[in-house]
Amino acid sequence: MNIHEYQAKQIFAKYGVPTPRGIIANTPSQAMTNAQELGGDVWVVKAQIHAGGRGLGGGVKLARSITEVKELASEILGMTLVTHQTGPEGKLVQKVYIEEGADIVDELYLGIVLDRAKEMPVIMASTEGGMDIETVAHNTPEKIIKIAVDPFIGFQGFHGRELVFGLGITDPKEQSKLIKLAKALYTLYMENDAEMIEINPLIKTGAGDFLALDGKMGFDDSALGRHPEVEDMRDISEEDADEREASQYGLSYIALDGEIGCMVNGAGLAMGTMDTINYMGGTPANFLDVGGSANAQTVAKGFEIILKNPNVKAIFVNIFGGIVRCDRIANGILEATKLVDVHVPVIVRLDGTNAIEAAEILKNANIPNVIAATDLGDGAAKAVRAAKGE
Amino acid sequence: MSILVNKDTKVIVQGFTGKEGSFHAEQCMAYGTKIVGGVTPNKGGQEHLGQPVFNTVKEAVVGTGATVSMIFVPPAFVADAVMEAAAAGITLAVVITEGAPVRDMQAAKAFATKHGMMTIGPNCPGIITAEECKIGIMPGAIFKKGNVGLISKSGTLTYEGANQVCREGFGISTAVGIGGDPIIGLSYKQLLKMFQEDDDTHAIVMIGEIGGDLEIQAAAYIKENITKPVVAFIAGQTAPAGKRMGHAGAIISGSAGTAKEKMDALKAAGVTVVVSPAEIGKAVKAVLNK
Repeated sequence: MNIHEYQAKQIFAKYGVPTPRGIIANTPSQAMTNAQELGGDVWVVKAQIHAGGRGLGGGVKLARSITEVKELASEILGMTLVTHQTGPEGKLVQKVYIEEGADIVDELYLGIVLDRAKEMPVIMASTEGGMDIETVAHNTPEKIIKIAVDPFIGFQGFHGRELVFGLGITDPKEQSKLIKLAKALYTLYMENDAEMIEINPLIKTGAGDFLALDGKMGFDDSALGRHPEVEDMRDISEEDADEREASQYGLSYIALDGEIGCMVNGAGLAMGTMDTINYMGGTPANFLDVGGSANAQTVAKGFEIILKNPNVKAIFVNIFGGIVRCDRIANGILEATKLVDVHVPVIVRLDGTNAIEAAEILKNANIPNVIAATDLGDGAAKAVRAAKGE
Repeated sequence: MSILVNKDTKVIVQGFTGKEGSFHAEQCMAYGTKIVGGVTPNKGGQEHLGQPVFNTVKEAVVGTGATVSMIFVPPAFVADAVMEAAAAGITLAVVITEGAPVRDMQAAKAFATKHGMMTIGPNCPGIITAEECKIGIMPGAIFKKGNVGLISKSGTLTYEGANQVCREGFGISTAVGIGGDPIIGLSYKQLLKMFQEDDDTHAIVMIGEIGGDLEIQAAAYIKENITKPVVAFIAGQTAPAGKRMGHAGAIISGSAGTAKEKMDALKAAGVTVVVSPAEIGKAVKAVLNK
């Protein structure tokens, strides 16, 4: 689960990671009030969406008067912001964060993420802050410092020294400020079961202070149960409505732009099914994993969600039953055809646990739109032909 | 021969009396697995499925001589269960449970390694040595005995791959579902080494997925160390590039974890890479009939 910048900064503040002062706003007039409350003569108006690259997309702007804050807020609120991380459809801006201006003399990058190979969190830092860090990693990888921290010992002094000397920070006061900040960031990463934290840029001010000018945080979904205060930060408007509806039925759904709807058990086989459709000259309309507890109701729901997409010309049901029993899926298909108007051909391949019973159920029901397939290759080929109207 | 487990392996179940634990323990026993007992705190002294129940893993190990534990406890207790197994001298823990927090697994894995215990999973179908020993949730009937080793991140692709290999007239020596979580126990590299050293394994099927770089590491390992034929499939060639918030994950491994990148690395290592999982069986036949 991801959260907004303003929420990440609330967590930062709790742990003593310094940030500029700011207040969230839903309306232009609220934005103006916030700016007045913050005081000063420069403010930053920042679109709050779950994606990076907001500045380049026109979602972060500097205001030099209270009226300008209001103007910029009304411009940004309600706009569809397109960045390299939103996809071409962009994201609707529903909140703006009004922040006091900062005196920037240097921009750094600081992040923490799990290193899967080392199996421990790694702190990443660079002097090339404010830039696209992926480009930095690609062109000048030597400019990124990586410091793995073993959770058994936690953040030690030497981690801090590696960080500040690596970044070329020589002033002892600045060194200790940055070490303290990095240690706090590590603590909040561990205590909140974060998956990723990124501060880009982390700025140095004229007074020699370090401030998190931006903040991105993602959390381990499996650990949200023990962090209700993080779960409360969930913004459902950032999530796809169909994906969300599907998840309420234990289905994992992602819409794509092809013509063949897919209903599969297991994420790996679901991707493998999409790959096979593609290999046979067709295009998948979605990824749909029915999970381990599929029944008539969830299968019917799956059909309903798949068929919402007007591009779907055929559906390929591909189940390899392990825990999922094929006879249950077969009954689910029968049930679904009663509940939902399944107006496209449905190619069904059921293999594994109780496959023979399932074949019998489907054969006896004799539904006109349902075509049986013997294996994955056969099913994909039949689905591709059906989608082409053959 | 086979790897890791066989007909003589003594297995206990952590979370023995729970719904999932009971159901699958019974299935494993029906397959022929030597389930010699189980652990459920406060149910020690009882009998379940005809086997003794213990309060702790330590008691179970002493009482049964088990070396392997199959773990079915709820997600929040997985790390505790893994560490308890390691401390009690279990040599292999097979963790089926899905949804264990990553931070927990990090600590549990480090502790297990320190105690010399291997783990498989979490969030995986388990391990099966065909017609001898099933420790997990896979449909046992599809695994016929033979000479093909199988390693897969995905559960259902394990079944798909094994089924095709068997339908082509071959069979499975051992199949291992390693799981796709950020922190996993045994990975491709260690298992490839075991299959290379197993006389009864003549070819290896490796099934991967997009994300991470385990398959890239495996490719490098295969190039240097594996002389047996390897057939590989990487799921997710057509998966859309995810909408992401940060960049950190990709930078750390120095690879974007795309299917193409992995397939290219495996091809360069001499692996037969298929573009559809429907081709796994045929590809195995081709490499074995060479």
